[in-house]
Amino acid sequence: MDGIHDMGGMHGFGAIPREDDEPVFHADWEARIFGMSFVVESFVEGANIDAGRHRIERLDPAIYLNTTYYERWTLGTQAAIVGAGVCSLEEIEERMEKLRREGAKEEVNQ
Amino acid sequence: MAGHAHSEPESDVVLRVKAIEQLLTEKGLVDPAAIDAIVDLYENRIGPRNGARVVARAWTDPDYKARLLADASAAIAEFGYTGAQGEDMVVVENTPEVHNVVVCTLCSCSPWPVLGLPPGWYKSFAFRARVVREPRAVIAEFGYEIADDVEVRVWDSSSEVRYLVLPQRPEGTDGLDEDALAALVTRDGMVGVAPV
Repeated sequence: MDGIHDMGGMHGFGAIPREDDEPVFHADWEARIFGMSFVVESFVEGANIDAGRHRIERLDPAIYLNTTYYERWTLGTQAAIVGAGVCSLEEIEERMEKLRREGAKEEVNQ
Repeated sequence: MAGHAHSEPESDVVLRVKAIEQLLTEKGLVDPAAIDAIVDLYENRIGPRNGARVVARAWTDPDYKARLLADASAAIAEFGYTGAQGEDMVVVENTPEVHNVVVCTLCSCSPWPVLGLPPGWYKSFAFRARVVREPRAVIAEFGYEIADDVEVRVWDSSSEVRYLVLPQRPEGTDGLDEDALAALVTRDGMVGVAPV
């Protein structure tokens, strides 16, 4: 499938970003979504590395270009579980709101 | 979160990942300990030191090298390095005439059992876009100037085939044993953006 992900030969991305002593994951959430994507493969029918990449390739190009690598994994994994009916997008977003409120409350209490 | 006083509110993606993990855990589909184990594997146990041992063996044992070039996945499995993203690995050999470099233009495919998860630069849009168009310039950005009379071959990995570069053994290393040789081998060398 042609698309934004088919980047070979494209112009305009500038210098290659490099980092000394780079950690495997830059934040805990990156590690969690990486690990979770493996587990999701085990219970979502048809979820495998190829399907996962395809879900990422189907992201809107503007989203693709403006997200980090593991943000795209997160959106891909979310698409897998929502697509399989494991949980709905609304459920995920409600839970995010709850966590956001709890986080804000903690900040106030500190 | 404890210990994060005065920090910025958590970003959307942090909350999204937490929400997904909580929901899947509550539904009994995810065991956080299983995720811990996967993370530990890729943070601490699978990485380029595996590939370095394979390369050092190939430098010291011609029979092993022949097996590695004929069927990389099988030869690498002799070390016990198997598993995700290593099902179909191919080793390409650098020689005085040919230099190889590996990319995944579509995403980030890489032979995990021997290199671990790829670094940020390998996954960057810039590397994916440019190395197929101007490999010498890209490799020079990493500090390696390839002579004009050396052919450069760029291998585009996919989820079907993942490439590993067998670097040239450095000169003056005749007296070194396999462990000492392995210590010389870098991830950059096995992707092909640096010599060893």
